[in-house]
Amino acid sequence: MREENARAYWAANVKLILSYLVVWFVVSYGCGILLADALNNIQFFGFKLGFWFAQQGSIYVFLVLIVMYARSMNKLDRKFDVHEE
Amino acid sequence: MDVQFLTYLFVGGSFALYIGIAIWSRAGSTKEFYVAGGGVSPLANGAATAADWMSAASFISMAGIIAFAGYDASVYLMGWTGGYVLLAMLLAPYLRKFGKFTVPDFIGDRYYSNVARTVAVICVIFVSFTYVAGQMRGVGIVFARFLEVDVNTGVVIGMAIVFFYAVLGGMKGITYTQVAQYCVLIFAFLVPAVFLSIMMTGHVLPQTGFGATVLDAAGNDTGVYLLDRLDQIVQDLGFGAYTDGSKSTIDVFFITAALMCGTAGLPHVIVRFFTVPTVRDARISAGWALFFIALLYTTAPAVGAFARTNLIETVNNAEYQQLPDWFYNWENSGLIGWLDKNNDGRVQMAAGDPFKGAPTFAGSREEATGPVGQRVITNTPTDNGSEIYVDRDIMVLANPEIGNLPAWVIALVAAGGVAAALSTAAGLLLVISSAVSHDLLKKTLKPNISEKQELLAARLAAVVAIIIAGYFGINPPGFVAQVVAFAFGLAAASFFPVILMGIFYKRMNKEGAIAGMAVGLAFTFCYIVYFKFVAPEMNTAAHWLFGVSPEGIGTVGMILNFIVALVVSRVTAPPPEHIQHIVEDIRVPRGSGAAHAH
Repeated sequence: MREENARAYWAANVKLILSYLVVWFVVSYGCGILLADALNNIQFFGFKLGFWFAQQGSIYVFLVLIVMYARSMNKLDRKFDVHEE
Repeated sequence: MDVQFLTYLFVGGSFALYIGIAIWSRAGSTKEFYVAGGGVSPLANGAATAADWMSAASFISMAGIIAFAGYDASVYLMGWTGGYVLLAMLLAPYLRKFGKFTVPDFIGDRYYSNVARTVAVICVIFVSFTYVAGQMRGVGIVFARFLEVDVNTGVVIGMAIVFFYAVLGGMKGITYTQVAQYCVLIFAFLVPAVFLSIMMTGHVLPQTGFGATVLDAAGNDTGVYLLDRLDQIVQDLGFGAYTDGSKSTIDVFFITAALMCGTAGLPHVIVRFFTVPTVRDARISAGWALFFIALLYTTAPAVGAFARTNLIETVNNAEYQQLPDWFYNWENSGLIGWLDKNNDGRVQMAAGDPFKGAPTFAGSREEATGPVGQRVITNTPTDNGSEIYVDRDIMVLANPEIGNLPAWVIALVAAGGVAAALSTAAGLLLVISSAVSHDLLKKTLKPNISEKQELLAARLAAVVAIIIAGYFGINPPGFVAQVVAFAFGLAAASFFPVILMGIFYKRMNKEGAIAGMAVGLAFTFCYIVYFKFVAPEMNTAAHWLFGVSPEGIGTVGMILNFIVALVVSRVTAPPPEHIQHIVEDIRVPRGSGAAHAH
């Protein structure tokens, strides 16, 4: 039972990581690099959007991702009863 | 009070603070020396990680690199921040749960092999030494520029300070001095940036001023966006648009990936997460670290754009004798050089270098003066219209003067530059000394030495490392500057995959890990050495593998590492039972305190 619980916890964690890493990839490698030229046709305040993602936006998103991951994991730790005392 | 006096006061005051902290936080045990006793709060660890991470190059050079490279410099901005996402999700929490002292500790235990441990030790020492040599040089240069002492004297002073708190306090001393150093450096970076932003756009936040409209000299809104104006003026001079890149998309992609994975794999960054009390703290601490880093990393591109615009508008086509004072000051220190190719007494900017290399002056301003009072340059001119050489470091160093800021801001920038260089150097030296005393001596050569002896060995190793780093700072081998950027590629191709698979792939065994590390490292190393040293004339996109430059090749090395490791592990025996239990154990947070018992 304990082993099963640990396995389910790990699977949930990996799923969480993968979904956050998709966002991580899309904002930096997607919006900031691969799609940058296309996005540059869109004006975002005084920025071209692709340029903004490359030099500002991706960094903000990275920060949000880490904070969200840390919070989701705290919940997950409790749900599976593996949290630290 | 004059700038010189204030600079001595600020730098001296910050040194007194660092030494005070060192005395207060002396390390009494190996655990305190290696991981600060494991009791650092996530917030403090975040600030210490940020200071550890941001070197003199981040503080002084990065905004200037962005100013001259525009969009192309985005690789550094994304690459050196995106790695923290990987660290927070893929590495830091599990390594914290593992609960040992060093990166080779994990690799040696997880792969039940002293060969793997020794390979890791060699990588740690190699990567850290190339990195630290640049830092010691940076300390010397900052001293030389602001305190008017010789670069070598500066290196020796820097060595003495680091010696004091790294040898005495170990990780504990380093952590708390790094927190103080972070405060000094971020304040020193933000103050001039905010003033510059207000001056150019009326916005207090550089991050929004970056995308705002420009004010004219009288402070009225011109209605033109800063970046549109900048694109326009650089294109008028014959450069590519600031917001467009000149590198190929594939190269930008691979360089960014190498920097991200390299960041996540750098031992001096990873080891910082061993110092927090719990797994939960390790996750959020990565968030704090990125928050503190992002303060500088989102400001730097704004500073780059402000400074480039300001520089061109102030200097281009201006009569030499009408230029502001800062121009002459930096010309005096050799960071600006003007060669009046068309003899019209005005400074013309254009795409291309005005002459080859850094300027060589015929003598001081008094000894060799040109027709309008400029310093005479003896370099052979190129045949383009560009007349001016501007060192990229000026973009940060001269900001306070360009913005007419009070003298104390200039002194503050000096203290900030020294703090940035010292904090990174100390973090690296600690990693080197623990690799020697803990991984090599205690875990491999002499397992039965007492804790007291190990602590003494750690201190001695730190002393030796400081002396070697100082030697390289005074006599920099020509390759250091070239190699520092590649430390990331090497870390990405060696540590990152091996640690990742050690956590996420239970079946990974020692044969796979060692083969993967060896192939990834050898491939990356050879590619870089070939294009940088053996055949530098071939270092163009046409000759690169898949069009990937040596800066980005670490990503290919990393992919090779993964492939080789997976294939080899499939055809060899699975790791023993107890190793699989270790992996299961590090995957769950509970019991993180207990893992410390050695």
